[in-house]
Amino acid sequence: MSTDKDYHVGKGDSVHPGKPVTVDRYTGGARINHWITATSLVLLALSGLSLFHPRLFILSALFGGGQSVRAIHPWVGVILFFSFLGLFLRFWKLNLWKREDGTWLARVRDVLTAHDERLPEIGKYNAGQKLVFWSMSVLIVVLITSGVVIWDQYFAAYTTIEQKRWALLVHSIAAILAISVWIVHVYAAIWVRGTIRAMTRGYVTGGWAWRYHRKWLRELVAKSPTKDTKRTAAE
Amino acid sequence: MFPPVPNPTTGPQSPKFGEKDLIRRSASTVTPPAERQTEVAKLIDVSKCIGCKACQSACIEWNDTHPELETNTGVYENPHDLTPDMFTLMRFTEWENPETNNLEWLIRKDGCMHCEDPGCLKACPAPGAIVQYSNGIVDFVHENCIGCGYCIKGCPFNIPRISKVDHTAYKCTLCSDRIAVGQGPACAKACPTQAIVYGTKEEMKKHAEGRIADLKSRGFENAGLYDPPGVGGTHVMYVLHHADKPEIYAGLPNNPKISPIVEAWKGATKYAGLAVIGVAAVSGFLHYLVNGPNRVSEEDEEAAERFTGDRSS
Repeated sequence: MSTDKDYHVGKGDSVHPGKPVTVDRYTGGARINHWITATSLVLLALSGLSLFHPRLFILSALFGGGQSVRAIHPWVGVILFFSFLGLFLRFWKLNLWKREDGTWLARVRDVLTAHDERLPEIGKYNAGQKLVFWSMSVLIVVLITSGVVIWDQYFAAYTTIEQKRWALLVHSIAAILAISVWIVHVYAAIWVRGTIRAMTRGYVTGGWAWRYHRKWLRELVAKSPTKDTKRTAAE
Repeated sequence: MFPPVPNPTTGPQSPKFGEKDLIRRSASTVTPPAERQTEVAKLIDVSKCIGCKACQSACIEWNDTHPELETNTGVYENPHDLTPDMFTLMRFTEWENPETNNLEWLIRKDGCMHCEDPGCLKACPAPGAIVQYSNGIVDFVHENCIGCGYCIKGCPFNIPRISKVDHTAYKCTLCSDRIAVGQGPACAKACPTQAIVYGTKEEMKKHAEGRIADLKSRGFENAGLYDPPGVGGTHVMYVLHHADKPEIYAGLPNNPKISPIVEAWKGATKYAGLAVIGVAAVSGFLHYLVNGPNRVSEEDEEAAERFTGDRSS
């Protein structure tokens, strides 16, 4: 376990006192990076599902038919991989497991019933967000690896048919898990009001930070210069 | 001698089977016809094959394919493997019989076996890209094929090949277009020794019996018919002089069946996978219904204002 001092604050995070207080959470670069990843993931899920179950083949129409799905899907996968790699490099340190994460996870019942006052103070990410981050990281590595094995157009010659069979099975299972993790991620963002703005406009309100990520807020305030750049009311 | 399929009349004929005779259609459900057509089969007697490759030529001719010219690498196989333009291939094996110390030159005509339980069709995600007619023919329908190559993983015999030109899968059709108008497959027609014969599956089994009896009388004790039950039997069968070890014939699989990995992927995973996604989505929906949104309260905002205000002013 690492010391609590270091990793609770991200690059570009800062507090702007006022009414209401706003807290910068994601830089423009991080947000663009996120939305490229998000778009690719949705396209991959839709195109992948169209080949996964006959009932869902109809989804291939969104891409211009089965031939297009077959051609496009792997390339979108490559985009996702590199885009996610960008997110990984940005956020991995902030997602390292901390002592309070175990406590948070043990009180998952309070989490789900919105009794946030009973939870320990949390840094930039809580245990749920960290689990989403790490499971996606692992799943995306599994998906790109198994995906290349079954990308017959370019890589058919490098593996045996038996290896490709395993890759197909692993790829499907990993994709199912990734879609499920994605559902958790999206639902949490919708459920906890004020969260989505962090990824669209880049900031959250002070109350949001106080309620869900108080440790993060404390550190931001502690490190901010005494004379902070105040936001005007118009902002 | 097995009576060959007679030459056709020159007048136009309506096909003997079509859409209405499908018993399986990839990624779709079909209502099988009330009455199944007589099952057909091709019988390949490897003991009569002289390796002339007339079958390959006839196949190229009838299907109008243009296999690439390749380099001689010192083996008889030509081309080097089945390709999208070569649906059948003579495979040559030099095998030393440990019992007799004789060198035996084994020649097997490789190609689609037209399985009763086709792995290619099971694996295929594109509706109607692979079909099975009630007479046993397994055919690829190119306008529905998406070129994903799943059929290759489904096939226990390593037969389908994807074309780099039109990105669809190719294999032997059993000359379904010829059989539909009362003809036999082109390879059977061209075979000079009747190593390839065509007829109903029953006729072929019966004909094989005679051939096997003949081979046994010549000392091939293990002569037998290759009609593997693991894939429900096939509509291309072999008479082998060493039916106890089919693998010596250029790796003809002993007891082939659809890979359990493919079965798991197309079976349990398909249903369990959608169930897991469904449960995740429904849980979220129910949670929202019961708990409503998690909102930041006025007190939270005020606390934040006090907290940041104290520090920065």
